[in-house]
Amino acid sequence: MDQLTPFTPFFPDQPDTRPRLVVIGNGMAGMRTIEDLLKRDECEGRDPRDRYHITVFGAEPHVNYNRIMLSAVLAGDKTTDEIIINPRAWYEAQGITLVTGDPVVAIDAANRTVTAASGRVARFDRLLIATGSKPLVPPIPGLTLPGVCTFRDIADVEKMLAAARSHRRAVVIGGGLLGLEAAWGLKQRGMSVALVHLMPTLMERQLDAPSGQLLQRDLDKRGIAFFTNGQTELIFGTERAEGVRLADGRSVPGDLVVLAIGIRPNIDLARAAGLEVNRGIVVTDDMRTSDPDIFAVGECVEHRGQVFGLVAPLWDQARVCAAQLAGDETAMFETRPVATSLKITGIDVYSTGALMAADDADDEITLRDDNRGLYKKVVLRDGRLVGAVLYGDVADGPWYKQLIENRTDVTALRDRLVFGQAFAAGAVAGKTGPDVGAMPDNAQICGCNGVSKGAIVAAIRSRNLTTLDAVRAHTKASASCGQCTNLVAALLLQTTGPIGEVRAPGICGCTAAGHDEIRAAIRTRSLRSMTEIQAAFGWTKPDGCHKCRPALNYYLLCAWPGSYRDDPQSRYVNERVHANIQKDGTYSVVPRMWGGVTTPGELRAIADVAEKFNIPTVKVTGGQRIDLLGVRKEDLPAVWGDLNQAGLVSGHAYAKGLRTVKTCVGREWCRFGTQDSTSLGIRLEKMCWGAWTPHKVKLAVSGCPRNCAEATIKDLGVICIDAGYDLVVGGNGGTEVRVTDPLVRVATEAEVLEYTGAFLQLYREEAHYLERTAPWIVRVGIDTVRRRLIDDAAGRRALHARFLHAQQFCQSDPWAARVAGEEAHEFVRLPARVEA
Amino acid sequence: MTPKQEWRSIGPLSAIPQRGARRLGFGIDTKPIAVFRTATDQLFAVIDECPHRGGPLSEGIVCGTTVTCPLHHWVIDLSDGVAVPPDEGATMTIPIRVIDGEVFIEMPRHMPGTGQGGAGER
Repeated sequence: MDQLTPFTPFFPDQPDTRPRLVVIGNGMAGMRTIEDLLKRDECEGRDPRDRYHITVFGAEPHVNYNRIMLSAVLAGDKTTDEIIINPRAWYEAQGITLVTGDPVVAIDAANRTVTAASGRVARFDRLLIATGSKPLVPPIPGLTLPGVCTFRDIADVEKMLAAARSHRRAVVIGGGLLGLEAAWGLKQRGMSVALVHLMPTLMERQLDAPSGQLLQRDLDKRGIAFFTNGQTELIFGTERAEGVRLADGRSVPGDLVVLAIGIRPNIDLARAAGLEVNRGIVVTDDMRTSDPDIFAVGECVEHRGQVFGLVAPLWDQARVCAAQLAGDETAMFETRPVATSLKITGIDVYSTGALMAADDADDEITLRDDNRGLYKKVVLRDGRLVGAVLYGDVADGPWYKQLIENRTDVTALRDRLVFGQAFAAGAVAGKTGPDVGAMPDNAQICGCNGVSKGAIVAAIRSRNLTTLDAVRAHTKASASCGQCTNLVAALLLQTTGPIGEVRAPGICGCTAAGHDEIRAAIRTRSLRSMTEIQAAFGWTKPDGCHKCRPALNYYLLCAWPGSYRDDPQSRYVNERVHANIQKDGTYSVVPRMWGGVTTPGELRAIADVAEKFNIPTVKVTGGQRIDLLGVRKEDLPAVWGDLNQAGLVSGHAYAKGLRTVKTCVGREWCRFGTQDSTSLGIRLEKMCWGAWTPHKVKLAVSGCPRNCAEATIKDLGVICIDAGYDLVVGGNGGTEVRVTDPLVRVATEAEVLEYTGAFLQLYREEAHYLERTAPWIVRVGIDTVRRRLIDDAAGRRALHARFLHAQQFCQSDPWAARVAGEEAHEFVRLPARVEA
Repeated sequence: MTPKQEWRSIGPLSAIPQRGARRLGFGIDTKPIAVFRTATDQLFAVIDECPHRGGPLSEGIVCGTTVTCPLHHWVIDLSDGVAVPPDEGATMTIPIRVIDGEVFIEMPRHMPGTGQGGAGER
């Protein structure tokens, strides 16, 4: 008996004669099969809704979502809404009957029906089983305690998030892909996390011992405590889980215990229905089970003795199954090499094929750099690549995978293979990953979704795609784990060309307009206020947001020096208050010390201020000056007043502007010094102080190539030599260390000043707000900067002149102004005392 | 019986910058209070602590009826004190009103200007 609500036929006046296709499982593999089936018909020009009457049963109460991204939801990088693949409206539009939260409990193969938990019965002509897998649970006491969960679905993630809000410590059991992502997610949510793993090294199925150890070392640094060689004996606790005990007697406390030791195909329904099962539901190459009208795909199947846990082969199965369901009997599934990657921000792992030499005939070639946390291993057999394990730099992963898949003879490349594609090909080319132009059309770009370079390029051309999102929507490339995003972006850029319509992302959610577009309009359309810009580009929020307001304020200030009035309410608190907010709401005060040089009088004034206002911490900074930490906001004007008395002014340690000019003692004292680096540093600081820039700017002057002032990791560095001065730019010592690019060698201090002013002005006018010089130069290329500053002498002098012009409006001490009463409301609480 | 609440003057509206905030010199049960004024002169008062790590909301950038905490950029809706999703949490709101350009805030009664306000009544 079919108890489903009667289906409204697509042509209401005709009886619904379509065969019935029932899908058990609303997960990734099952629904990808349906998507592929519909897409096939669409490509052939027929209405995809004509072929089958489709009913989908899902055990979870949700529409189908990208299960791979659950770890991103756990870590707070995505919301559950963002990982939904198809909303309910999609099912409706496709004429699919969707039943959620009602798992199928029985298949009657003889009578061609399925029965759900609610008692609902549905008839089928074709059945697709996509029941996925179940988390593997060890047979240990304590599993039923509150605070114990697995990591499989949205409900599990919700349990973990609830625990992260109310409890402090978590234990994750299992050091594979899933366990590590769970541990990292919980760590991101503020829990203290321990991870218990049965084996001596992590991810032992995907990584060899050295790379597994590097991974453990890096995660250990990030605060996850590891218990390897740990066999969990029981979970203890009375009211709820309180921790786990290991077989060797160690005990690990935890209020949340997450079981992530693996998965097992979910075959109960198929077994009960009499279908052939082994570890999984046995399918042949055409994805049919032992009953030819019943298909199965995904983690529940076993194909030629193999079961599946990664997404790429599931997509191949879905494609084959869809073809078979559409009547194409030539489609056959075959397993291809798969690659694994770990979704933990900042940790790059890639592995494919064999992990190590199988015997003496195989070769292993390794490259290991412990300081940089880099490890690469390739495994060779009979002149062909059979495996690769990469840690730290995974850009060449897809290339290795391609070599394995094509069984390319790599004998000629053998010596260079481990250094990656760019080197092996003899090219010195780009530092930013493999050369997409050199890749063959069948090179696989997106491993998750099995999308080749050819398919991406074809989609970009035929549909005139111009954005990464559009390429993603049409090809699914980079839509799952996102690791190949850079490759897809590079292909887009290469296909559309640099003058193509590749659109930079908007500056914030209030507008689709990008930074460059807005800056150009400010100049060409003479927009002189935030309101004018917002009106010109149709801002969605009249008041903007905390991202766009500071950016627009900066762009206006830069474009119209002297006439635009700075808007303090659109500045981050530090720049508004002219001090650095600390985590307890107090502020730090850093007076300027020109070129890092001070006097007894200045030091005495700093000491007096620290004592007078009970300033708890006095610290020497990395920029050669002194930081007074823990000043109460109300005290700031008085502190500044005392410092001003001794001639000390704001060091702008809080500003997106010039911070410091670090110097060494140079020729004055040092036996190696070639020039007067200290005086030059002071001259540079006197020229540049007070300048607002897209992000902070740090300078340095070293008196000789020994470079004691560390000029090669500054935004602009000067290295003195006997014959003059080397200028270097675009360095950074922060999160991503970058060494400067050489700009020019000049002979005189005057030239140093001119180039510096011109460089800073170019950066001010053309970099995006909050973009340091290093990423800016990476984006525009050092050659562009050289062309503008070296080749175009008139342009350089004009930039320098604009810099000096702008400087006359900002070189006044903001501290002195506030001591004199400017912005007084900032430093007094309400209600203000009435003056007598 | 005396009412448990009283309206207390905190000064003229002009003392609070548009799209800005001021912290008050007194609080409720040692909790500091921030008063906000939007671009369109709407007024709000909340406990000056971000539900995340207690950051001073009065130092944040005000956009529409929201403020962005200066410490970790949580966005709080001032009309109900609730964090904008996906963040979760709320800070307490306090009734506030303007009469003839003078701003009043509703405080628990019996409150010296020391930040111990209201505690004595409980």
